[in-house]
Amino acid sequence: MLKFLGKRVFQIVILLFIYVTIVFWLLEAMPGSFLDKYLMNPKITPEIRENLKRQFGFDKPVFTRYLYYMKNFLVLDLGVSFSYFPRKVTSIISERLPRTVFLFVTSTLVSYAFGYNLGKRSAWKRGKIVDQLTTFTGIVFWTIFLPLLAIFNIWLFGVILGILPLNQFIEPNLWRHVSFSAQDVFLKLLLNAFVFLVVFLAVLIISKNFKTLIAKRTLLYSTLISFVFVSILTWILSGRAVYAWDIIRHMVLPVFTLTLYSFAGSMLVMRDTMLDVIREDYITTAKAKGLPDKVVRDKHAARNALLPLMTNFVISLGFTIGGGIITETMFSWPGLGRAYLEALSQQDTPLLIGLLVFTGIFVLIAHLVADVLYAFLDPRIRY
Amino acid sequence: MIEAAIKEPIWKIRLKLWLRSFRTGWELFRERRLAVFGLGVIIFFAVFGLLYPLYPTVMKNIFWKDDPFGYATFAPYDPIIGFDPDIMSHPSPPSLRHPLGTDPLGRDILSMIMYSTPREFVLGITAALITVVIGTIIGASCAYYGGVIDTFFMRLADIVMLFPSLALLMVLSAFIDLTLFRLAVIIGMLSGFGSITLVLKAQALTVKVRPFIEAAKSTGASDAYIIFKHIIPNILPLSFLYMMLNVTGAIFTEATLSFLGLANIRMSWGVVIQMAESSGYLMGASIGTYWWLWLPAGACITLLCSAFYFLGRGLEEIVNPRLRKR
Repeated sequence: MLKFLGKRVFQIVILLFIYVTIVFWLLEAMPGSFLDKYLMNPKITPEIRENLKRQFGFDKPVFTRYLYYMKNFLVLDLGVSFSYFPRKVTSIISERLPRTVFLFVTSTLVSYAFGYNLGKRSAWKRGKIVDQLTTFTGIVFWTIFLPLLAIFNIWLFGVILGILPLNQFIEPNLWRHVSFSAQDVFLKLLLNAFVFLVVFLAVLIISKNFKTLIAKRTLLYSTLISFVFVSILTWILSGRAVYAWDIIRHMVLPVFTLTLYSFAGSMLVMRDTMLDVIREDYITTAKAKGLPDKVVRDKHAARNALLPLMTNFVISLGFTIGGGIITETMFSWPGLGRAYLEALSQQDTPLLIGLLVFTGIFVLIAHLVADVLYAFLDPRIRY
Repeated sequence: MIEAAIKEPIWKIRLKLWLRSFRTGWELFRERRLAVFGLGVIIFFAVFGLLYPLYPTVMKNIFWKDDPFGYATFAPYDPIIGFDPDIMSHPSPPSLRHPLGTDPLGRDILSMIMYSTPREFVLGITAALITVVIGTIIGASCAYYGGVIDTFFMRLADIVMLFPSLALLMVLSAFIDLTLFRLAVIIGMLSGFGSITLVLKAQALTVKVRPFIEAAKSTGASDAYIIFKHIIPNILPLSFLYMMLNVTGAIFTEATLSFLGLANIRMSWGVVIQMAESSGYLMGASIGTYWWLWLPAGACITLLCSAFYFLGRGLEEIVNPRLRKR
């Protein structure tokens, strides 16, 4: 295992260097530069332009810049953004990353829970009307033109029903006179959600040791309800509940859209593996023993079909940034995907390179985690 | 007996065999109602697109009979430069004259959609063909030769898969004029060198260890002969299946790029929606009021994409015995 891990990490480092090199040269090859927009401004004299060129580092040859970039990359410094001038690329990414991650992790979790349940059921009732219906709806949403779905949801929930805000991250009027930043509140929300997830998993593991079904359920539900209650109470007592609610309200529509769009992916994977598992002999044995249908489905079949779903889940987390471009543009959500689109239109090369490189690192780590998880969960696989 | 069998030309025997396997395949296929639905939608769109040249002629004979000069001047059913001068304000809602209404520039939406349909097919099928040809050849050779070739192409696939394809295409749009054909080639290459090689290589590896490859080698067949005559035909069903799924991806990517205004395509379903978006008809309450600007084009993209996906999944159940019914 350790040898395998060492080999994989070594491969990842080499891949990453090749990737950074390709990204750097690709973006350097783009025609024009950030400074071109000063070209037509009569107030900027040639001397000032030369000065600007020197300050942005355009006077040095490309190869020198590449070496500089690689040197900085080794200490995880991704340079300074042009369009947000004195800010570092890493600080922009670390500001926007939580928003994208929160959006995608929530929708991925929901859609996997949803897809797992639906896929399990549709495989069990193969060929019946339930199966056909779920597969049909799933594929239509899976291949729907994402902007269309976003527009439709905005129209339905924002305009016709009027219960959710159309887009953006916060309601500016509400935040006009507050001393704290939205990012601050948002990070606390993120922390809260994370603690909730940890508590949920812990309770799940503890309740496994209980003997009766009733005890298991009582522990699970009582802990979760009390946790939600305590966290809501804490928010109210801190006086920031309104603001936290404002952010949550703005998140509902993007999360809903993304969930609708992506649940079929996990559902189809689950259905296919489940169909494979159902043919195994132990399922026939379990049925022959006279176990109820539901127990065979949930305990014997679904758990063994879970493996590809888990690895798929980890890998799909890696693709958050590439997939975020459309959703974040449609809902004006200030995350990484939108930062990418803005940087592209401004020709903010350092930010573009930084975002692409960061995505690459994210994907590579997700793949590594998926490999390790696979070996950890499936005793048949040993590296 | 043997004499009689030999007298029949070889192509006739092949044709018969092919027809028989086609018939059994069709029987299996017909049971999958969703796949048949997909095929139906694809055929519908093919006919719909082919009917485009008739549409302006028919409309001209109905509504522009008295005004041939106006028709010649304004070309009201031209998808790119058309304009209808007899309507007070554009965009106008659906009417008999314009069954799906007009866009903010006064062009007929139905004609824009019909005009784009064959182009979407060309784009999707070109991209998918390129993907599959590259993926099949590389996958088969990687499995057959192994060693340096295998390592090289697998690492290449790793790097290609690292790039988020939409983000990469956005960058490429800055220095390549993304016309329809170039876009198809680029999308095809990107997915051809990417994940598809992994899948097809895995399949080719299972073919490589079968006895008939050994037999072919011992009779002195060359490497190229074995790859093209023995390995590739055996992984072809799987690559055909991936071709169907890739058509979906290519059409979706093109629509997204056009929607964001990054591709240099004069007319496509994505461009129709982009027109509505960029002239401000997709904000707040106007979304519902001007539904004809985004709904038909969006529905077409969704329908065609899902039709190819349904077809692909139906074929998957036939090709992949793991998924067949007990």
